[in-house]
Amino acid sequence: MNGYSKMKRIKKLGQAKKETKKIREEKLEEFEGFVSGHNACAGCGAAIAMRHIARVAGRNSIISIATGCMEVVSTSYPLTAWKLPLIHSAFENAAATASGIDAALRHLNKKTNVIAIAGDGGTFDIGFQALSGAIERNQNFLFICYDNEAYMNTGIQRSGSTPRFTETTTSPYGRVLHGKLEWKKQMPFIVAAHGCYSATASIAFLSDFHAKIKKALAIPGPKFISVLAPCTIGWKIQNSDAIEISRLAVQTGIFPLYEVENGTVKLNFDIKSRPVSEYLKRQGRFEHLNDREIREVQKKVDEIYGRIKNLSNLQIKIF
Amino acid sequence: MQIKSGRAGNKDARKMIECSEAIAEATALCKPAVVATYPITPQTHIVEMLAKMHSEGRVNSEIINVESEHSAMSACIGAEACGVRTFTASSSQGIALMSEMLFIASGMRLPIVMAVANRALSAPINIWNDHSDTMAQRDAGWLQFYCENAQEAYDSIIQAYKISEQKDIMLPSMVCVDGFTLSHLWEPVKMLSQADVDSFLPVYNPLYKLDSEIPVTMGALAYPNTYMHFKKQQQDAMLNAVEVIKKTNLEFGKRFSRIYGNGMIETYKIEDAKEAIVAMGSVCSTARIVIDRLRQKGRKIGLIKIRAFRPFPNEELKKIAGKIEKIAVIDRAISLGNSGPLFIEIKATLPKSHINNFIVGLGGRDISENIIESIVKKIGQKQEIEWVF
Ligand SMILES: Cc1ncc(C[n+]2csc(CCOP(=O)(O)OP(=O)(O)O)c2C)c(N)n1
Ligand code: SF4
Ligand SMILES: [Mg+2]
Repeated sequence: MNGYSKMKRIKKLGQAKKETKKIREEKLEEFEGFVSGHNACAGCGAAIAMRHIARVAGRNSIISIATGCMEVVSTSYPLTAWKLPLIHSAFENAAATASGIDAALRHLNKKTNVIAIAGDGGTFDIGFQALSGAIERNQNFLFICYDNEAYMNTGIQRSGSTPRFTETTTSPYGRVLHGKLEWKKQMPFIVAAHGCYSATASIAFLSDFHAKIKKALAIPGPKFISVLAPCTIGWKIQNSDAIEISRLAVQTGIFPLYEVENGTVKLNFDIKSRPVSEYLKRQGRFEHLNDREIREVQKKVDEIYGRIKNLSNLQIKIF
Repeated sequence: MQIKSGRAGNKDARKMIECSEAIAEATALCKPAVVATYPITPQTHIVEMLAKMHSEGRVNSEIINVESEHSAMSACIGAEACGVRTFTASSSQGIALMSEMLFIASGMRLPIVMAVANRALSAPINIWNDHSDTMAQRDAGWLQFYCENAQEAYDSIIQAYKISEQKDIMLPSMVCVDGFTLSHLWEPVKMLSQADVDSFLPVYNPLYKLDSEIPVTMGALAYPNTYMHFKKQQQDAMLNAVEVIKKTNLEFGKRFSRIYGNGMIETYKIEDAKEAIVAMGSVCSTARIVIDRLRQKGRKIGLIKIRAFRPFPNEELKKIAGKIEKIAVIDRAISLGNSGPLFIEIKATLPKSHINNFIVGLGGRDISENIIESIVKKIGQKQEIEWVF
């Protein structure tokens, strides 16, 4: 190694050290709005999502949260895990409550982020009407669904988000029926059909998740993000698995990361490279799947992923 | 109190107005920041009027045209939690649909005011008046006022905000008018000015609100060791409301020379009465006419109008009931499997009185003077509960 390149290297190293220090300082200053002490299960994917939502949204935000795991684990009176103003009123109305907040803020002439948070039950099923209504009314709010693919707070019952063949307490595996019969609702597209920004996100792709929250909050009117949130007890996975399973969901194409903006689809990472079996076999909820069923899941995933990729390549306005 | 008759042009000039419009006018004077609207007959005129005033720039409330009554109440909750005044109106199925949120609004101590045009509940579907919708919500923790005429409805909206928003109350209020019978009735109503209302109703400024400067968590999860304390505080607030309702009624009377009994109940010719009719809402006006006629024939009969059903006027009733031998309770609702809900409560308050219950006017069945007369004929009869068709 000649002297010149050594100098260059040292200089670079110095620069890098400075950068790291800067980043560290920034991190220290970074706001934490969802803090430790909550009662979520160890390794809960949704709790990780909450932390990042609160952090990126920042202090100038009001949260309307639906009944469900995240509300229940974070607001045990007289304690709270939230350093942001937060309201919980019921299960099906996070978007309607947020509508009221949006209207009040408009009246008070305040510019504050309004974020509604709900589980898949509070989004795909019981909360769907309020969500659709609030979007149609063009309320200025961001709706984030933490999608753990079942009603977890009540003990793992199937929802409109639960994938086919999943074993839940209301879609149990039996001799005749192998878990849930129906496919998962294509919620981000259903929301996108209202004409608003709609995106998927993952706790394994944090910079993408952060960027989407920031981008969404900058758009006036309604916007929607669905973040996959592995649930240790509901998915029957290891406490240390949430991030890895989230990554596998993207890599297998089961939960692709995409955005629908101005009616046009954009696949953020075209990295589908692994068979669905790698994802399914890591989770107790899919333990019972036979080869034929795995093939069926693979076929469905290929089909949906292919469609998203095509739409992304073609850049046609679908909504 | 009966409206004094006045000629147009004098200083008592009244405006001929539909009751629903009177409610909308009174609401506009209270300047709610957010109004949630959803149509249901017979309430719709109220929110339509507010929307019209909004479109004409007469009110600067944010109007949210929600997609259901459940969301109407949810939106009111979200907005009220931000520390601003809110309003909505509903009836019947709408009240039933928002029932879940009614309990939550009260439990979260949000002093929302809602006008109700009382209507029967399905099935069979029926759009006409009775009290089943709000009676079914009597345990929701809302103050409930039943109005006799458009003037009372107008005045009660303004009073309701003042009562609900008191620091030691902080509970929501329903101002109920009989659907069609009253909601669609045109009556002369004496209007207040903005300055009148501004000087009567203080600016709403709650202790706690959703504010990014001072973050608070609202609607927390309470375990068995705290839940009961929350409920006790709600009940204490309800009981505090009795005195505040009376005080507010008196203050309103002094300011604007209109007073509704002691605020909780209003009586008519009860001083020397041996018999009494107990009723709520517009039927009280019919009862007054019948009472006048019977009095001419020498019958010592009077009226007790229950104005506040929640909180219930227990003490007020006990005070006047002593000399009254026989009571007829008129119910426009039925607690299926028992009797009229008003009767159940009156009987519990006055266990020593002879009380008959008459179930009338369900699903808009007319309650004529003849019906009231036939009820009076049966006061004191053995049969405790009777349906009058
Ligand atoms: C109207 C109503 N129905 C049912 C419930 C019971 N409940 C509470 S949380 C919940 C499940 C929530 O599921 P989801 O939205 O997916 O959130 P998660 O618990 O999975 O985080 C249910 C069914 C309720 N609170 N309110
Ligand atoms: S049950 Fe699942 S979603 Fe709920 S707290 Fe536990 S891990 Fe999280
Ligand atoms: Mg869920």
